[in-house]
Formats: sequence, structure tokens, C-alpha cells
Amino acid sequence: MIPLFLRDIRLASRAGGSAALALAFFAAVATLVPLGVGADLRLLARIAAGVLWVAAVLAALLSLDRLFQADFDDGSLDLLALSPLSLESIAAAKIAAHWLTTGLPLTLLSPLLGLMFGLPPRAIAVLGLSLLVGTPSVSALGAIGAALTLAVRRGGLILPLLVLPLLSPAVIFGAGAVQAVLDGLSNGALLFLAAFSVAATLLSPFAAAAAVRLNLAG
Amino acid sequence: MSTVASLGVERLTCIRGQRVLFRDLSFRVAGGQILSLEGPNGAGKTSLLRLLAGFLVPAAGRIALTAGAATIDDAEERGRLIGWLGHHDAAKPQLTPLEVLAFFAGLYRSDAKIADALAAVGLAAVASLPCQYLSAGQKKRLALARLKISNRPVWLLDEPLASLDAGGKRLAAEFLDAHALFGGIAIAATHEPLGIACERLVLGAPA
Repeated sequence: MIPLFLRDIRLASRAGGSAALALAFFAAVATLVPLGVGADLRLLARIAAGVLWVAAVLAALLSLDRLFQADFDDGSLDLLALSPLSLESIAAAKIAAHWLTTGLPLTLLSPLLGLMFGLPPRAIAVLGLSLLVGTPSVSALGAIGAALTLAVRRGGLILPLLVLPLLSPAVIFGAGAVQAVLDGLSNGALLFLAAFSVAATLLSPFAAAAAVRLNLAG
Repeated sequence: MSTVASLGVERLTCIRGQRVLFRDLSFRVAGGQILSLEGPNGAGKTSLLRLLAGFLVPAAGRIALTAGAATIDDAEERGRLIGWLGHHDAAKPQLTPLEVLAFFAGLYRSDAKIADALAAVGLAAVASLPCQYLSAGQKKRLALARLKISNRPVWLLDEPLASLDAGGKRLAAEFLDAHALFGGIAIAATHEPLGIACERLVLGAPA
């Protein structure tokens, strides 16, 4: 699994990879919202968690359609399937590499954007934590969508429609955790988010592998 | 390389879409033998190769690899013995030939010397150039090197000579010859003579 993981990271970091693109998209959306809403810091702080979580999910989805597609198109996926790795571990390696090149950078950028939205330090900390805990589920569930739409022409357009509903718990609990801090409430949302993320990450490789198997036979 | 005694196909039927590509196809390839798979476009050459690799499931029939005393029926297990050279060259545009080969060597747990393999196919000079600058023929040479380092006893090749120059075609023939010499099996779908002694299997015109 390690060679595949390292190769995917290398591909994402080279020119033509999509890691930087996701980050730029995230920053652009987060910058546009205050321009549209206006410089009301109290209002911005209230909507910050929701906006940043939605922007992060969309940014991560942006780079997901290439997860299996690029390898499918150039024949690499055939070779991967014949390798000693199972398709499940191939999917797991790809999910891990995708998270490391998009989910983690998005998480690291989020405190800066939280500051821009006038979030208090405690809320910024929870925002970062919620993204750290929650973004693996975005990569994992996204991988199922990417595998399902593999043989569909312009499947990248259908992918968000398939995956976004599955990701609503992550957005609800992630943004909810930040909101709870702002409202001074006790915070169970992070635990729910963690449970959701763990379940999604553990189960997704199997679903994605089944979808890839189906598409290789198509 | 573990030696494989033979690859047998019994009464294999392939249906793609609603169309029967071939029915009741039976043949056997022994170790050290090369099979040239011929036939017009659409006759099912690629489908047969994908069936043998285990990507496609046959509508009927049986594919069996005999390795030593054991007979392997399971498609996934069979896949572990197969070296694949498909239509697409799996040359990532962002990676150099050196990186592509090193990746596959790691993935296939091969201890082959990468630099030697690149030199053998005449790519030493472009070893550190991203694959996007390689010509189609050079990518095919890279695919040949990858096939060689995969160290698999059964080679399935789809149009291995396409886009190769005269030297590349000679090279492919030499590779196949050496593979057979060491007891390997090769099945190559091709429209032109492979340039070596081989058995022929002609698939019929599409119905």
C-alpha cells in the first residue's frame, strides 16, 4: 500500500495535480462570502462555521473525481488490480493520500479563514479540530462516488450529487460543534462527528472497491 | 519467477452487450509457448485478454492456470500471476519513466534493476524526463520494460507492436522470446506478425 500512497501524494503535489487547486478554491469561496454578506463581523462569526464547512467539503469534492478516473483512463487501474494489493487496500491507500493532500491542508488553512470571519479563538480551535476529525469522511465517502462514476462520461458532475447527501451529517455535526462553542453549550457534536468519520473511513474502502471491480468489468 | 505449466481455456463464451463475441472457445498454451491472437477488429481479442486477466467474467466456460501441481481457478489469484500490457501505457504524465518503473517494481514486489530495464528498452536518455514529453513509441517501450520487471509467468499483451518503430518491434520480439525461453507463457493480440516462432489462434469475424 505504501508505494501507491506515496505515488498518489507525489502526483497530487506535481504540476497538474489538484491539491493546490482545492486549497485555492477553499480560500476563494471563504473570501467571497464576506464580500457578499457585508462586513458585519457578528453576523459573519455566526455563519462562519457553516460557510467554512460547506466550502471545505466542496473544495475536497473538486479533486475527488480524478481519484480513480486518472488511473482508469491511462490503464494504471488494470495494473493495480493485478498487483498483490487487494482493491480494498488500493481504495484505502488512495483515500489516505487524498486526505493528506486535501483534507489536511484545508484543516491547516481554516484557522486563518476563521480569523477572517471574526471567530473567537476557542471557536477557531474547535473549527480546526472538527475539520481534522471530519475531513477523512469526505475523502472516504467521496471515494465511493468517484468509484461509482468511473465509467460515466463527465462523471465528475454527478459525483457531488451522489456524495453531498451522504456528507450532510459531517456538515451538520462539524458546523454544530463550532456553533455550540459560540452559544456556550456543552459539546457532543464533535463526538458524533468522530463516530461518523470513523465509520465512513472504515467502511468506504469496501464499497469503493466493489464499485471499481464492477467498472473494470464494464 | 514461478514456473507455470499451462493455461487452459475450455468452452469459453463471451457476451458483450447483447452480442456473442465467441462461443465454446477452447485452447491450451503450455509453458514456453507464445500464442499470437489474431482476427478482425471487433472479433473479441481484447475481451478474451480481459477474460483471461480476470477483469471480465465469462458467460460460460472455464479458464484454468496450472502452476506446478496446483490448478488455479480463482480469477483474483490468477491475476497475481499475470503481467499485463494493455492498450493504455499507464505512463503518468507527471512522473518520469524512472519513477513509473520504480513505482510498479515496488507495487509488484520485484527486485529487478530499474536502470537496467530502462537501458534495455532504449530509454536511458529520457529516464528523468516527465512521461508527458515521451512519444507513443517511447511509452510503449516503457510499458515493455514494466512488463519485464513485473516478473510474472503469464504475459497478456494487447497490440504490443502498435506505435513501435522497427527497432522497438525487434525488441518486443526479443522480450517475448526470452520470456518463452524461461518457460513463460505469452498471449499477444496483434495485427502484424510478432516476428518469432509462435502458435496462432484466429478469432472469427463478428456475427
